[in-house]
Amino acid sequence: MATVRIPGPLRSLSQGEAAVEVEAGDLRGAIEQLESRFPGFRERVLDPSGNLRQFVNVYLNDEDIRFGGGLDAKLEPRDEVSIIPAVAGGRTAH
Amino acid sequence: MSALGNGRRVVGMRCRECATEYPVQATHVCEMCFGPLDVVYDYDAIRKRISHGSIAAGPPSMWRYRDLLPLEDGVPVVTLGEGFTPLVHAERLGAELGLNNLYLKNDSMNPTNSFKDRVVSVAVSWARAHGFETIGCASTGNLANAVAAYSARAGLEAFVFIPSDLEPAKIVSTSVFEPNLVAVRGNYDQVNRLCSQLVESFPWAFCNINVRPFYAEGSKTLDFETAEQLGWRLPDEIVIPIASGCQFVKHRRAVGEMVDLGLVEAGSKLPALTGAQALGCAPVYNAWRDGTDTVLPVKPDTIAKSIAIGSPSDGSYVIRIARETGGVVEAVTEEEIVDSIRLLARTEGIFTETAGGVTIGVLAKLARAGRWKGDEVVVAYVTGHGLKTADVIASAPATGRRFEIEPTLKSFKESVNI
Repeated sequence: MATVRIPGPLRSLSQGEAAVEVEAGDLRGAIEQLESRFPGFRERVLDPSGNLRQFVNVYLNDEDIRFGGGLDAKLEPRDEVSIIPAVAGGRTAH
Repeated sequence: MSALGNGRRVVGMRCRECATEYPVQATHVCEMCFGPLDVVYDYDAIRKRISHGSIAAGPPSMWRYRDLLPLEDGVPVVTLGEGFTPLVHAERLGAELGLNNLYLKNDSMNPTNSFKDRVVSVAVSWARAHGFETIGCASTGNLANAVAAYSARAGLEAFVFIPSDLEPAKIVSTSVFEPNLVAVRGNYDQVNRLCSQLVESFPWAFCNINVRPFYAEGSKTLDFETAEQLGWRLPDEIVIPIASGCQFVKHRRAVGEMVDLGLVEAGSKLPALTGAQALGCAPVYNAWRDGTDTVLPVKPDTIAKSIAIGSPSDGSYVIRIARETGGVVEAVTEEEIVDSIRLLARTEGIFTETAGGVTIGVLAKLARAGRWKGDEVVVAYVTGHGLKTADVIASAPATGRRFEIEPTLKSFKESVNI
């Protein structure tokens, strides 16, 4: 099981949970699993074409996923995924 | 907005991306789209009270522009006399670069010797007025200095998070104010990420995170001062160092406010806003060079640590604003940074830190490439003092003449060939 850290703005969806366990092969799978548990989660994190939203950063074990495999990055048991608003520390794209 | 018309100058906050509105609160992120939040002012009310006269009647500090800062009347501010720094007509540097109207906004003259005093004075004032007892920040050094000093001044607790490899001078000039100094084994982007997680667990005002919308507004005073010191007119171009891009965005806001509120002549052309980065950490320059708004992160490796943000939050806004105003984004090498620190010192008597070397380096590079005809009014923002990064100059090959002599006339005459 990998752990996903949920940022404040998304905790209204996760019933206040700050960390959620997921069983998924990659990051995309983890987001789908969170969507099925917390409907609406996907569209807050991904844009309509399935890319990470402009102001959302995702870190896999402390590494910005843009330095690695992006959303296709494989997940191992005990991996930690952090979803963090980009405003302080940012991702920007248009 | 419901708060409109209650007599306050700040009426709320609005997402820069999706325009969702929020009441005034310590938060920086839109819950809907994660976009950045900006302070919303009641400009109609401000227009009625602000004038050159009202500003001139204010204090000789950046607080003379209080009508355009997010602190309501009557709220005590935490001040060390920040702002209203000299705007120097740089005749000798200008002559070297072929610029007759080159001005330097010397923000190293602030209380803790960097531009950050402007934003921190606003942030700490806002935080204290809203009941916060602890101030925090993630910092590349200058912000740490300012947060530690202003927290001491306000009698508030401070938690200052810095990368553990920061320049010794910046650590000393922060720790003297006795904050809780947390040296993180990581780069600034990692420190910042840690802080953006901490902010969800601790009831603290992190200057550059949850109180960022208020903090960032302080940057505007650089432009207000520059215009006022030029006789209430806007320069043709401003060269600005880029770290997160946060201040760049606020400079665009400030020049727009001056036009809209009639503080400069109606129809004044907005200055070209030009960004400066070190090639060793140039995510915004890379995107500009590649003709895209998509700013990809980099791992910083530069002596210009105070602007070494590999993942700049406002990077794409910088690109759009540079394009909109006719500015550019340019970058310089490490060698050019050191050379430019020396060039500025030699020609104008101003010792700036490495970030200032980046700004002057880009100014010089653009001037030598023929960007200007010669009579344009060009302003460079020199944002921090050289003693903060003195080790960079100390460890570079010495320039200038140095003699070591016996305390005798003979020795002097023999050694110094005048």
